[in-house]
Amino acid sequence: MSVLTKQTHGSAAAPAAQSGGQRRRGNSRRTNQRSGYLFLLPWFIGMLFTIIPFFASLYLAFTDYNLFTEPNFVGLANFQSMFEDPRLLQSLKVTFIYTFVSVPISLAIALLVALVLNRGLSGLSIYRSVYYLPSLLGGSVAIVMLWRYIFGNDGIVNGFLRWFGIQGPAWVTDPEFALSTLIVLNVWTFGSPMVIFLAGLRQVPAMYYEAASIDGASRWRQFRNITLPLISPIIFFNLIMQLIGSFQTFTQGYVMSGGTGGPADSTLFYNLYLYQKGFTEFEMGYASAMAWLLLMIIAIFTAINFIASKFWVFYDN
Amino acid sequence: MALLELPVKNKPKKETAPEDALTGTPGTRFSRHLILCLVGLVMLYPLLWLISSSFKPSNDIFRQLGLWPENWDFSNYEQGWTALNQPFHVYLINSLIVVVFSIVGNIFSCALAAYAFARMEFTGRKLFFALMLGTLMLPGHVLLVPQYIIFSQLGWLDTYLPLIVPNFMATNAFFIFLMVQFMKALPRELDDAAQIDGCGPFRTFLRVIMPLCVPAMATTAIFTFISTWNEFFGPLLYIQNQDLYTVPLALRAFMDSEGQSMWGPMFAMSVVSIAPIIGFFIAGQKYLINGIATTGLK
Repeated sequence: MSVLTKQTHGSAAAPAAQSGGQRRRGNSRRTNQRSGYLFLLPWFIGMLFTIIPFFASLYLAFTDYNLFTEPNFVGLANFQSMFEDPRLLQSLKVTFIYTFVSVPISLAIALLVALVLNRGLSGLSIYRSVYYLPSLLGGSVAIVMLWRYIFGNDGIVNGFLRWFGIQGPAWVTDPEFALSTLIVLNVWTFGSPMVIFLAGLRQVPAMYYEAASIDGASRWRQFRNITLPLISPIIFFNLIMQLIGSFQTFTQGYVMSGGTGGPADSTLFYNLYLYQKGFTEFEMGYASAMAWLLLMIIAIFTAINFIASKFWVFYDN
Repeated sequence: MALLELPVKNKPKKETAPEDALTGTPGTRFSRHLILCLVGLVMLYPLLWLISSSFKPSNDIFRQLGLWPENWDFSNYEQGWTALNQPFHVYLINSLIVVVFSIVGNIFSCALAAYAFARMEFTGRKLFFALMLGTLMLPGHVLLVPQYIIFSQLGWLDTYLPLIVPNFMATNAFFIFLMVQFMKALPRELDDAAQIDGCGPFRTFLRVIMPLCVPAMATTAIFTFISTWNEFFGPLLYIQNQDLYTVPLALRAFMDSEGQSMWGPMFAMSVVSIAPIIGFFIAGQKYLINGIATTGLK
């Protein structure tokens, strides 16, 4: 509303309104309406390409579509067979372990480093850049391939272990350890939540700490009672984004295992299995059902987080 | 000129240490630096090792843990460049084509949408805005199968269109959100002044708002560059023809086709593939750091 009044004021104040101005004044509201939609036109088309596939995939989830023949409605058959599919259950397990181990660790490290950096060291921006750089590279094929060699039988990790007289395992080819190398890779990219934490820590007013130290509060008490509550919305935000992101991991598993999810399905991420089902076996109905299961899982975890956040996230309004 | 220096909410704060925080004796400060340096070294070690290995003869790569090559060997780059179907610059150019169009598309379509959301009044604006934010949370794989079917029916398989065209339709809600935040911080008097001077909405957008949004557009461009350059899943799905491979697909072909002895060339091409990212990172750090601090982008 305020825009409209301002605009009419504006054009009324304009001296000697030209004919164009005259017309615009008369139809100002409708013009604004129409140009609003015009500006959004690309976005509307994009939304069409989002909404139609969204419902189409919901429909396909209840069919046996395979790209070559017409889809037949099969009811809940896809969902039923999902729960009897050992590889699907394995892929859920892999994805959950990966998420619930690497997300807490990388958030904890991110927060810790951000706290240390926030204590006012010279060279802050250099440290920040060095720690942030890996998160730009963590999803690239080059780095995942590098990881294969770092953790290879004769790789540098085992080379270091040998210095200490330890014979390291065959990280990449041993089903017991293959996933842990990717967890390390994910932790390596703690830089992006760290930068967000740093931005949040800078918003905490310094006077709170001054007041607390006059009252004799210890470092730990200050962290516990000032820092933590004030940045809890940021912890919450990082947690949600990291969870959603790592549920959808694909490239790491694909490149590490050459597309198979091996050894012994130990890096078979959910989305990798979805890709195999949909685009190498062309069971697209099944793949759509898998996509919807993942959507529901993400929605449930996000909802749980939002509910739980009432008890630990502090909004300072 | 004065217009370009308008204060903006997202303007980076001066990079000085908070005064209150210069705490601790010189000793504790030194140990903090020591720990941070060590952690930084561990973080960078894999990258440095990759770069140094690319200059080592294949036999030396796993025998030397050190970072300084004892025998410098540049043949890895020559070999790697020609090891695949096409010389490596073909893949670099392929990636560049996708990246450039994606950047242009993202900037223009997202800025248009952002301007509508930030400045215009029209029925359904709040609803559309909520819908836009909702798509932020939507996992892309839900749309995968139908989008693949649409693109294949359009005959777009084995072209770059499935990778480029969506960027012209403002499908990346992160960037819209970023630009909305940025535009809201610009004073409205600018729009009004332009309108008094007879600019229509489009001219106001193009001549007044766009030039002021350069920092937000730079952030968008850098993030689009990095994510498109790294993008693996889309090309894997839509590009079968080896001559059309983008850099990530080409790199992966190294692992398929080459025996164990090809580490050196593979590492060399890995360095070539991440060098542009590191370059953009160094050049555009300010925009990157501000970008993730305001939107939480990765």
